Amino acid sequence: MEILGLYYYWVFAILLMIGLYAVIAKRNLVKKLIGLTLFQSAVFLLYITMGKVDEGTAPIFSVTGSNIFSNPLPQVLILTAIVVGISTTALGLGIVVRLKEEYGTIEEHEIQEIDER
Amino acid sequence: MNILVDHLLALQVVVPMLIAPVVILLAPRGLAWAASTMVSLLTFAVAIQIVQGVLTGGPMSYLLGSWPAPYGIELMVDAFSALLLLVVTGASAFALISGRESLDSQIDAGRQPLFYAAWLLALAGLSGIVVAADAFNIFVFMEISSLASYVLIAGGPDRRALPSVFKYLIMGTVGATFYLIGIGLIYMMTGTLNLVDMELRIHSVAEQRPILVAAGFITVGLALKAAIFPLHVWLPNAYTYAPHMVTAFLAACATKVSLYILLRFDFFVFQGNLVDHASQFAAYMMPLAILGILVGSAVAMFEKNIKRLLAFSSIAQIGYIMLGASFVTVTGLTAGIVHIFNHALAKGALFLAVAMFAMVAAGLRLDDLKGIARRMPWTFGAFVIAALSLIGIPGTAGFVSKWQLIGAAMELGTAGLPLVAVILISSLMAVVYVWRVVEVACFGEAVDEPGPPVSVPPLLVAVLWLIAAANIYFGLNPDLPLTLSGDAAAELLGHLP
Amino acid sequence: MIVIFGVVLLTLLVITAIAIVRTENLFVAVMLLGIASLFIAGNFFLLDAADVALTEAAIGAGISTVLFLSALALTSERERSKSSNKILSFTVVAVAALVLIYATFDKPRFGDPDAPVQTHVAPWYLEKTPEYIDIPNVVTAVLGSYRGYDTLGEVLVVFTAGIGVLFLLGSGAPLGSLPQEKINEGLRHHLIPRVVGRVLIPFILLFGLYVQFHGEYGPGGGFQAGAIIAAAIILFSLLEGEQRALSVLPARVLLGLVAFGPLLYLAVGIAGIVLGGNFLDYSVLSSDPVKGQQLGILLIEAGVGITVTGVLLSVFHAFAARGR
Repeated sequence: MEILGLYYYWVFAILLMIGLYAVIAKRNLVKKLIGLTLFQSAVFLLYITMGKVDEGTAPIFSVTGSNIFSNPLPQVLILTAIVVGISTTALGLGIVVRLKEEYGTIEEHEIQEIDER
Repeated sequence: MNILVDHLLALQVVVPMLIAPVVILLAPRGLAWAASTMVSLLTFAVAIQIVQGVLTGGPMSYLLGSWPAPYGIELMVDAFSALLLLVVTGASAFALISGRESLDSQIDAGRQPLFYAAWLLALAGLSGIVVAADAFNIFVFMEISSLASYVLIAGGPDRRALPSVFKYLIMGTVGATFYLIGIGLIYMMTGTLNLVDMELRIHSVAEQRPILVAAGFITVGLALKAAIFPLHVWLPNAYTYAPHMVTAFLAACATKVSLYILLRFDFFVFQGNLVDHASQFAAYMMPLAILGILVGSAVAMFEKNIKRLLAFSSIAQIGYIMLGASFVTVTGLTAGIVHIFNHALAKGALFLAVAMFAMVAAGLRLDDLKGIARRMPWTFGAFVIAALSLIGIPGTAGFVSKWQLIGAAMELGTAGLPLVAVILISSLMAVVYVWRVVEVACFGEAVDEPGPPVSVPPLLVAVLWLIAAANIYFGLNPDLPLTLSGDAAAELLGHLP
Repeated sequence: MIVIFGVVLLTLLVITAIAIVRTENLFVAVMLLGIASLFIAGNFFLLDAADVALTEAAIGAGISTVLFLSALALTSERERSKSSNKILSFTVVAVAALVLIYATFDKPRFGDPDAPVQTHVAPWYLEKTPEYIDIPNVVTAVLGSYRGYDTLGEVLVVFTAGIGVLFLLGSGAPLGSLPQEKINEGLRHHLIPRVVGRVLIPFILLFGLYVQFHGEYGPGGGFQAGAIIAAAIILFSLLEGEQRALSVLPARVLLGLVAFGPLLYLAVGIAGIVLGGNFLDYSVLSSDPVKGQQLGILLIEAGVGITVTGVLLSVFHAFAARGR
């Protein structure tokens, strides 16, 4: 159980790394947005992992069932964060579509070249 | 009336939030603008009330849903928040009142309701951040204001706004997510999200590592949003290609709110609890602040587009604010915080003047502005007054901040002399870039025949002069901003051991 | 057993993420992103976060994929340039990851019931909810009532994204990638999708409504319901064509939904002030505070669901109409 816990946190760090790498290094704008989504998902994993309680269940009272519940607060925060993430993605994609229309390309360096002319 | 007074803190945020959905349904011409302007003026009035409340009664607090903190979300306003509220609501109100013609010329009539709704949401978001006392609540409202700003910046006719706003979106979202990681780590170690509660509980956290890492992530995340050097790269393009009134609004207040959160976290939550944090803060922040001041002013000296010139100047001004904060003394913090107020006055007026130039000149490159001082003498006069405040000439508001800043540097003894030199050199650089504009405008020969005297909207000229005059008024009577800033600095420092 | 399952899911997740970044075909990347979302949702379920798993599946695997594909249809499918600054990016990112791993060594043990997060605020929620709000799903209680102000902010974030996309893409300018007839007829000439779709759509809508109103008793609530209902109507639009979908729910109605959702939420909050409590205080909405809380949560969840449905559909139509 100890190892699993550490593993969860390491996967969070690795996923963060992969997402952030895509955001910084890739030049295609849609790829950047995909990387951003991965980056944000890693953070969700961090929050939910810290809410887990040994032998617990989802924090929903039921007539039969145990009395040990996992923490509801991180879940609420992440519900909000997921929705904020999709909103940002939607707006980002809207901007990308407009960029394609105005510049004819969605590669970052090509747009810069067009602007410098 | 009494009911409203009790709920002022909530109303500050709720009123713009309430009208924004209504505005998108207001199709008739001009109605969206009228509604937004009235709401903005209302929020300005509420902010003034709150400032009075704080000056007389001390910090104000409000429990949403009537749930006790830290189980529910709490709002809290002290002197620092009150000052920011004034700046945010004031910037929005004055930009909207004077901006009708400028915005009409840059935003299609059919899309205006959506644009003004986004403006109100940016206002609500920024106000919401300032009154919040819950770390996650700050994140949510930070995202509201950010998304709304992206829409505002992308609203103008210049297609170069699109790549700029995309870059801002990416960097802003990375910054917000870093902030989220930071507060997640703090939550993991303390179990709370309420700022006041957090401060108490961090005392007893034995393991420091996650908290240190959290401090790092929160600082980097907010630095991205606040355009602190070297994470400022999104700002020049975003401000240059946005609609002119949007630049006036955002340049006056948007990055300052991120600075507010940074200082709040740093002094409330971290400084008292992490060993040696005060000197670490100075060690990291001061060099970056100095670099921001010097690089920002230097690049501004060579810029050819007046909006971009002013944008780089803003980066330098953010450097001044951080320099003041990095002293970790009352004088230093007061200097930094009062500069938030004074810079808003100066830059706001400058960008309003630029909006007027845009209505008359062919473009906004310095070459396009030749001779504009003769065509628009009143506007240019106000521009010069605001520019003098930016440089820091005695008698203007900008001088008050720089004087405080120099005073704070002198308190350090001989170690402070290089800092005084930096402040003086950068002010000289400001003289250079202001002179470039003045020279072209007054002595340049207009390329084509000057047409008949242009009629600029009288409301815009009136508001511009009001703010330019405010620069002088607050330069000569700086009591109000200085008292608020002093109180704010004392509160922030009061949380140190 | 669960431990092994968790480890396997996480490893698959990392492999998928690497594949997403390396592939040059954006269509493949988006599909893999959907799969990664499902792995994450599976993990959330293992970590006892049922509501979050449902939301991640509906929004991350469902809606997000639709939005990306709509955008790809309007832009381009392949990534054309190589990465830039590979070494610099790798260094920055590695530093960030190492710093985080450095921090893991002092973290509370995974699952520890005595960790600070489990002993401070959470027990109060679990203890007091039966007394103050009396609904079984504590997550909905926290989301809707104790931290209702955050949820209001979230609704406004969705609203902002909606008006932002409408602002940017609202007036359909021709891009010319798909001819008008094709968009308007959808998949009508394909028999099997049409028949299956017609059978499925009513059930999906029903499920969406169930999730909306059952959020107090089990996993569910406004966000998930909004995403599911929007998905059903998007499916209808794909099968029957844009014209028919817009005649069922015209753009004006959608704009009205987008505006009405937040207004409903804010109205409930202001009702709290008018009736004597603070903003978003539901206890005063009825003579019995507990009933008042339940009524308040019901109403605001409705506001949330309406906003999410309206925004997601408006965004989808904005993207779809741009191709005309």
